[in-house]
Amino acid sequence: MDRLSSPAGLEKVRESIVSKRDTDKPCITICSGTGCHAFGCEKVSEAFQKEIKRLGLEDRVDVKTTGCHGFCERGPLVVIRPKDIFYQRVSAGDVSEIISETVLKDNIIDRLLYTDPNTGEKVVHEHEVPFYARQKRSVFGNNGYIDPTIIEDYLAVGGYSALGKVLSGIKPEAVIEEVKKSGLRGRGGGGFPTGVKWESCRNAPSSDGVRYIICNADEGDPGAYMDRSLLEGNPHSILEGMLIGAYAIGSHEGYVYVRYEYPLAVKNIQLAIKQAEEYGLLGKNILGSGFDFSVRINRGGGAFICGESSALMASLEGKVGEPRAKYVHTVEKGLWDKPTTLNNVETWANVPLIINQGADWYTKTGTANSKGTKIFSLVGKVNNTGLVEVPMGITLKEIIYDIGGGIPEGKKFKAVQTGGPSGGVIPDSLINLPVDFDELTEAGSMMGSGGMIVMDEDNCMVDIAKYFIGFLEGESCGKCVPCREGLKRMREILDDISEGRGKEGDIELLERLSTVLKDGALCALGATAPNPVLSTIRFFRDEYEAHIKEKRCPAGVCKELITYQIIEEKCPGCGLCVKACPAEAITSGGKKKPVILDQEKCIKCGACYDVCKLGAVKVS
Amino acid sequence: MHAETGQLEKKVALVLDKYQHDKGMLVSILQDIQEEFNYLPRESLEQVSKTLDIPFSQLYSVTTFFKALRLTPRGRHLINVCMGTACHVRGAVKVLESTERELGIKSGETTDGLEFTLETVNCVGACALGPVVIIDGEYHGQMKTEKVKDMIKEYS
Repeated sequence: MDRLSSPAGLEKVRESIVSKRDTDKPCITICSGTGCHAFGCEKVSEAFQKEIKRLGLEDRVDVKTTGCHGFCERGPLVVIRPKDIFYQRVSAGDVSEIISETVLKDNIIDRLLYTDPNTGEKVVHEHEVPFYARQKRSVFGNNGYIDPTIIEDYLAVGGYSALGKVLSGIKPEAVIEEVKKSGLRGRGGGGFPTGVKWESCRNAPSSDGVRYIICNADEGDPGAYMDRSLLEGNPHSILEGMLIGAYAIGSHEGYVYVRYEYPLAVKNIQLAIKQAEEYGLLGKNILGSGFDFSVRINRGGGAFICGESSALMASLEGKVGEPRAKYVHTVEKGLWDKPTTLNNVETWANVPLIINQGADWYTKTGTANSKGTKIFSLVGKVNNTGLVEVPMGITLKEIIYDIGGGIPEGKKFKAVQTGGPSGGVIPDSLINLPVDFDELTEAGSMMGSGGMIVMDEDNCMVDIAKYFIGFLEGESCGKCVPCREGLKRMREILDDISEGRGKEGDIELLERLSTVLKDGALCALGATAPNPVLSTIRFFRDEYEAHIKEKRCPAGVCKELITYQIIEEKCPGCGLCVKACPAEAITSGGKKKPVILDQEKCIKCGACYDVCKLGAVKVS
Repeated sequence: MHAETGQLEKKVALVLDKYQHDKGMLVSILQDIQEEFNYLPRESLEQVSKTLDIPFSQLYSVTTFFKALRLTPRGRHLINVCMGTACHVRGAVKVLESTERELGIKSGETTDGLEFTLETVNCVGACALGPVVIIDGEYHGQMKTEKVKDMIKEYS
């Protein structure tokens, strides 16, 4: 491939790619996201390749492995386009039937269809599945159509046309103006206006003119994986966003800082960079415009704090990832003390859309101060888990019930946690809250990077607070005292409460310590760390009090405060729990008689509770 | 012994060359060296320190700061139990405890004879499948305490 030398040349190549593709030809797309991988999608796609070859159908049917489609719960997913037929939980054994029946004869295979749990009806087409029907997938949607390892796939859906447009003579200042007008705010959690950030960086003085661009892919929030899926499934869209940003601020060097726990993301972005260079979309004199830009990948070392911009930059310089006070902003003095623009993966992926379709189109979606869509990872105690992209302003209820299909096993919804360790819980009473940057902050939580963890009546709120404080205590870099010592002390108090040593005044002490952290911590990790504690106290104070005053865990989670018991009327003595018990605390009570549980020996591991399908073990 | 040291030196030099002796790539350099030797031998760190002109103390602080880096060898099989929030609310703690009991070690430890190393990880981004356990890069989703025994058997 010769390097392209003009935006017009790019359009020619695109036309030639598109003209060779027959849109009526059946294309079997197999989701290869992490979720489907764990369900064994590799075997499914191998089986498709083999069967197509065996039948000599290579010219009549395409097979494509794509990035994450989002509906991870039902993987492995297979969609047959252009008819949009949606099969779920597909195994290698289903493959020959799918080809002979559906692909060749247009017959639908009933057992592979998705059944709507609320109506009991089977759904044939992908866009009719309730999980997808309520979404607005403008950033994430192409994941289902392109093979991330083939740049031509991205070009075929209009990829790099925004870059071509910008390099056809739009001034950098005009690009910044358009992004400002779009109202795009940082998707990594802070919600800072992207265009304003770019402008400050462009205007910041640099003695040698060097400016850096960074893509923050150190997705550290536990429970969030949208950045991973974008990097794995559509890496070129991120590169294109970075290229446009680099052009706008006048940068020639960029970094992608990605978690080492995401090996496939690293591989796909590496390959994307190589392909873009070969096409002349990266490197020197891009599309003959005279604009140079190169990108390097840096793998993170597994530290949550490195998602913070100044800590990330320290890590890029080969130092320990400790943040610094930001009275001088990183847009002025960032990496190697040069003006640096750092944006999150999803933010970068939004940029080509804005350039292509214009700020006026972009601002049609969203609320007054939060424009566009947001990708959430809808996980935890919810029926349809996966990645969902929704317009800003949609209510929590719509996300959890209409898209998520409600809570499994008829349990009661208790709260949803958003914003990761810096966020908070939102209770049932606020379920009609519209989701945008400001509303979530108002409710004591935050947007964060988009984790949305649903919890039911079996989840203990003291335990959740303890979980996050324990997490942050481990991830605190230790540089400033309020964070290092304050989190440790808070965790000790929460340990006491959950282990039956809580005393009057503990809640107030937690609140006081929270204020110290908020006011005194050096960076956002420490300053927002109390949120999980404060929001659980705010909405579930009675649960804290039950632990402290009655030494009782209402949700049945905190080990020291619960006992397991056998409900004799329900136990037929099947012995499953006897086998499962690692402490030999359960013994047979005789044939067809209830088992006997020795409380002295019980280690409260919950194995009996998990294994009993008859509900004969209770926690109290 | 001498030959072995020479081998180590060569391998480390190769990694350093790959990154053009760029200080900014330190974490990646250390990750690659670790991949080569399964941990970071002291000699390799001394060589990195000298070549890149980074104080040995700074290298020590970097290697102990990042979770991905380790100064002691780990077992042939690495078991990672995900402790992300989505996994936590679906019972990751129980899965971890039962894995610890099964192996007879605590998280962060290695079994005798260097067979298994058990570690926890903050989140692997497979949240829809929680609780998740990863063994040697293979994902085991929707884990339950009663499935732990059979899962480990597959690898021993």
